[in-house]
Amino acid sequence: MSLLEVNGIYGGYGGADILHGVELRVEPGEIVVIIGPNGAGKSTVMKAIFGLVPVREGRILFSGEEITNLRSSIIVRRGMSYVPQEYNVFPSLTVKENLEMGAFIRTDDFSEQLAHVFEIFPPLKDKRRQAAGLLSGGERQMVAIGRALMLTPRLLMLDEPTAGLSPQVVDLIFERIRTINDLGISFLMVEQNAKRALSFAHRGYLMTMGRSRFEDTGPNLLANPDVMEMFLGG
Amino acid sequence: MELTGLIGYLIPLLTFAGIYAVLSLGLNVQWGFAGLFNIGIAAFFAVGAYTTTILTTPPSPNYLGGFDLPFPVGLIGAMVASGLLALLIGLVTLNLRADYLAIATIGIGEIVRLILKNEAWLTHGVRGIKGIPKPFDTLSPEVQTLVYLLIVLAIVLIVYLAIERLLRAPWGRVLRAIRENELAASAVGKNVLRFRLEAFILGSMIMGLGGALYAHSFGFISPEAFDPMFATFLVWVMLIAGGSGNNRGAILGALVIWFIWSITGFLANRMPPELMTQAAALRPFLIGLMLQIILLTRPEGMLKEKPPSVTGDEGERRGR
Amino acid sequence: MIEILQVLIFGIVLGSIITLGAVGLSLLFGILRFANFAHGDMMTVGAYLALVFVAGLGWPIYAAFPMALAGGAVVAIAIDRVLYKRLRRTAPVILLISSFGVGLMLRSLVQFIWGPQSLVYEPGIQFPLEIFGLRIKPDHLVILAGVIILVILLHLFLQYTKMGKAMRAMSDNMDLAEITGIETERVIMWTWALGGALAAGAGIFLAMDTRLQPFMGWNMLLPVFAAAIMGGIGKPYGAIAGGMTVGIAEEMSTLFFSPAYKSAVAFALMVIILIVRPTGLFGGRSR
Repeated sequence: MSLLEVNGIYGGYGGADILHGVELRVEPGEIVVIIGPNGAGKSTVMKAIFGLVPVREGRILFSGEEITNLRSSIIVRRGMSYVPQEYNVFPSLTVKENLEMGAFIRTDDFSEQLAHVFEIFPPLKDKRRQAAGLLSGGERQMVAIGRALMLTPRLLMLDEPTAGLSPQVVDLIFERIRTINDLGISFLMVEQNAKRALSFAHRGYLMTMGRSRFEDTGPNLLANPDVMEMFLGG
Repeated sequence: MELTGLIGYLIPLLTFAGIYAVLSLGLNVQWGFAGLFNIGIAAFFAVGAYTTTILTTPPSPNYLGGFDLPFPVGLIGAMVASGLLALLIGLVTLNLRADYLAIATIGIGEIVRLILKNEAWLTHGVRGIKGIPKPFDTLSPEVQTLVYLLIVLAIVLIVYLAIERLLRAPWGRVLRAIRENELAASAVGKNVLRFRLEAFILGSMIMGLGGALYAHSFGFISPEAFDPMFATFLVWVMLIAGGSGNNRGAILGALVIWFIWSITGFLANRMPPELMTQAAALRPFLIGLMLQIILLTRPEGMLKEKPPSVTGDEGERRGR
Repeated sequence: MIEILQVLIFGIVLGSIITLGAVGLSLLFGILRFANFAHGDMMTVGAYLALVFVAGLGWPIYAAFPMALAGGAVVAIAIDRVLYKRLRRTAPVILLISSFGVGLMLRSLVQFIWGPQSLVYEPGIQFPLEIFGLRIKPDHLVILAGVIILVILLHLFLQYTKMGKAMRAMSDNMDLAEITGIETERVIMWTWALGGALAAGAGIFLAMDTRLQPFMGWNMLLPVFAAAIMGGIGKPYGAIAGGMTVGIAEEMSTLFFSPAYKSAVAFALMVIILIVRPTGLFGGRSR
């Protein structure tokens, strides 16, 4: 059974659809990236999966259970987390408080998980008492991913986690995603940097104009001349 | 009830409904069409009433003036004074958020009331001013009241037609476009602030006119009359009940709510004396409750706003 | 000189009462993006709730105080459940007019139950203490101490409890709070509880300083809003400075103008702030 299955969804913010029959899936343990030109609906797919954009037609299954149009506060309890591209930390809260908020619904002791997140992102431990709003872009991204990890989700969705970061920081973030993936957490990511993302991921989808056009392993997609043409021309 | 008694009851009822219709139309220009949140209607209402009073009453040692000027001059003066007050407030607050405008207008309402109470040289303070003349004072009092009702109704009609016309003109279309999507309107080069200011001033002038009509109708004004309940809240309930954005709704709402308000007053007055103060306190509660029920069940009011002629495609606008 | 100090003391007392109202208002605004125009009347309700225990059951005011705070919280939550919760889904500006109506309803209800006349908790005159030529009523010290304690308690709640942190998180970014899994409705309920309790406290202190009257809270709405805006609305900590500034300015103005214009001073301060620094003195949000 796939971890996540998106079956032909149509939807948008009301009015005209932005998604025109998107198909995609994520298997347990996979890193899957969505690439595509601007305005293809990449971010919208994620928001639709997470209940932030209404789905008019089609179904979304998570671990075989239907989650179509559920509220995000419910989806997050089922074991999926989502990190938006922007405004993804609580700026006036400290790093530690940000992470604690990630564990809001946990009633048990989560200090172990907190220590674990600090292990994955050591810079956060040193700055745990600093307001998140004062951190650098890369550190903020770490806080956001760390916060999403506090509930130990099975699937983590990241919307352009490396946008606007310097090359070294991008390397670091990708490396950490790999580390987290090795722990058994699957990823669905939107990436602007197609080459980099495809060479990194297990599988990829190319989206244009609200549809998923091609699905293949990363290297195969990269080698496909149609894909590159659609990407650049779409 | 004999016929003359009924008419004797109906004439003031309709006159006041007409005055409230003017206020409600004024609020509709501000809130219904420009989305400006004014909860200081009392201020403009009072400024209009006091201006016409000072202009049209015979000279008195108790307050400024009077100047013994004719009725129409009083009405025009009331509109000008309210408009000037609106200009002042608008320049400061209109580029701020809705809640800042709201709190600023509450403040103006309270300050105007403080001034009315405390500046006796201007307003005769809490004792108020009596003997405000109605036009055509050569007629018998009964005929005069009837003529005054007709004047009020004519003014309601004139205000209604004038606003309808303005709103169909490019000015009104831009106004609605701004209310729907401020960003888009300013992107096509419309000076949002200026349009808002104009709508705020126009609405306030109409409210001032309503205040003037009130003063001449009642013949006596005091700061009491301009408390936030009678002068602000009732008007809001009227507009929301009638249907904000719809001028006919504004008039219908004024009529219906004023009837309801009067009936509750009628009933409260028939209570045994020991219950009368309590019954009087309950009236605003009931009107407040009515507003909440309308907001919960039929927020668009009795008459819906007619579909505006210029709005972008909803989906396209919010698409990204 | 003594006169100025005396007025300063009155200003500090008034300022602390305004502070308590403004902190709650600001907290509500930060989380719900909603200017609660019924806040003044919630103060009134709190003051009268305490009267139920004091006059009705013969309790001392310090025992009635926590009960009235709890009552204020319950009233606030109830209003939210019945009205605002349903209206939140529609345009936020509808909430403004609804809260204006709620304020009026509360005022009428108070007048309906207790009548329009002024009342006091304890009959009789309190003799002021003479300290270095300054007259200080014991009640003033109680009010000041009470406000300081409540503000410290609020601070500890916001900084160190899970719910308090969630409130700050929601005030930062409501959408992110939702997708993080914070139970926003529960946080909103707690926010109303705090806002209602703080308003009730402010109302009781106001009644101790002056007297109970159905319009007492409505008349405080302007200074309370002025304080909240001055402190940067949505920033409870800024509201403390805002409240003290407004209170002291109002009392100081009586040295120059008629006391009748005290609330006009609050308004003037607010207008100046809106013109020069719409985000408040301490940089609150402007949108």
